[in-house]
Amino acid sequence: MAMHPFAYANANSLEEAAANLDGETRPLAGGTDLVALMKDGLVAPKRLVNLKTVPGLAGVVAHADGLHIGALTTLSNLASNPELQERRDLAALVEALEESATPQLRHTATIGGNLLQWPRCWYFRNPQVPCWRKGGRRCFAFQGENKYHTIFGGGPCFAPHPSDPSVALMALDASVLVVGPQDRDHRNGFRVVPLAEFFVLPRRDHEWADGYHPVTLLETDEIVAAVVVPQAADGARSAFVKVMERGAWDFALVSAAVSLTMDGNRVAASRVVLGGVAPIPWRANQAEAALRGERVSEDGVARAVRAAVADARPLGHNEYKVALAKQALAQAFRALA
Amino acid sequence: MTMPFRGPAAVPLVLHVNGEDFHVFVEPRRTLLSVLREELGLTGAKLGCGHGQCGACTVILDGETAYACLTLAIDCEDREIRTIEGLMRGDSLHPVQEALIAHDGYQCGFCTPGQVMSAVSLLEHNPRPTDDEIREGMAGNVCRCGAYPNIIASVAAAAELMAAEGD
Repeated sequence: MAMHPFAYANANSLEEAAANLDGETRPLAGGTDLVALMKDGLVAPKRLVNLKTVPGLAGVVAHADGLHIGALTTLSNLASNPELQERRDLAALVEALEESATPQLRHTATIGGNLLQWPRCWYFRNPQVPCWRKGGRRCFAFQGENKYHTIFGGGPCFAPHPSDPSVALMALDASVLVVGPQDRDHRNGFRVVPLAEFFVLPRRDHEWADGYHPVTLLETDEIVAAVVVPQAADGARSAFVKVMERGAWDFALVSAAVSLTMDGNRVAASRVVLGGVAPIPWRANQAEAALRGERVSEDGVARAVRAAVADARPLGHNEYKVALAKQALAQAFRALA
Repeated sequence: MTMPFRGPAAVPLVLHVNGEDFHVFVEPRRTLLSVLREELGLTGAKLGCGHGQCGACTVILDGETAYACLTLAIDCEDREIRTIEGLMRGDSLHPVQEALIAHDGYQCGFCTPGQVMSAVSLLEHNPRPTDDEIREGMAGNVCRCGAYPNIIASVAAAAELMAAEGD
């Protein structure tokens, strides 16, 4: 498990770090995914740029357009942030952070890195298996062992996105601030990308130079600087539910995040997102449409839940995820009723 | 803006471990776990899965638990590293260690140093945890012998011991 040799440098600024990145020079934050991938030889950068030495990249700051969460904020520091803890509209995010991984990983892993994780699929993680996601010709899960794989949006890769916070953040309509070269849509050095666009379904034409098919729009010379959570409407509330195979320290079989804004006792607006079911956090637009103008009653919830899974396409070994997704979503609604 | 890269050959590092400074000469690709075990002879932290999935390598970095197998040693310059070797006071075991012995909190013992470090850190942050808080605090350490009920009892007993000592 020895990693390939690499050189290492501490970055003093994001601009300096971004200017040095390319396919063979990668940014290092908490490293909980990158180091594991390097140990398995799945990635072998020649140089790492440590972002932890960049001032001001960790912490939560309130701006006019919402809360800016520095990309290097650890999951544990974010979960215990007093402002997040107090706000009912952000409850889904706190819940998702607290249910992620373990204390050790939450102390180390950063929110930026969490969004950028590679899939946990056992074919992808096995260096012997040349799967499509890492430049091979096909997905071995499609007709293989796919108990943990997708029921929405799969193909050519059927591995689900592993992040819990991303599911909550998408329900909160969050965006990321991306730093990169000035020549590519980075006004004032930044471009702002809504999470709904940041995560991309597997596409043959979306490929890095090393043949890998990335899960996000991020290019190899770009860095996520912050996650921006916009100010929610007055009275907005959110909830997150995660279902695991064991009681702790597991990736989600399925998860559900719901954000609701009410007009009296009827739903004015909602965002419904499922996790563990698709290659990206999966926005359930049909459930949102079914809820609009409705009460959060047993019938209303049942209709929304049915709508959320109407288009599910389970694989050979994961039909159970359809029922589980309905249950998780119903539970999230009950938490808000 | 060329950056001052170090390596890939061995570079000098100073690591602060259990209150002492250690000068080592290692490649940037070395994990904290491998440097602790192979350069410093501190073999308490164990290599289990090597992928942050078992917790046998748990150490305390700047007051918070972390997996040494996923941590680069070069990332630990200027950080306070604590391992199980630093817990004894004179000839006395740490109350967490005493409690694990008294309550049979292990069988084979391979995961125990990691369990101890998680328990120590938990009790430093939360001296009187509930059973649920103990379960949550210890969730990042797997015991394949399945000594979990006794581990939880041990941590609860250690909390009592430490409270009685006025720690």
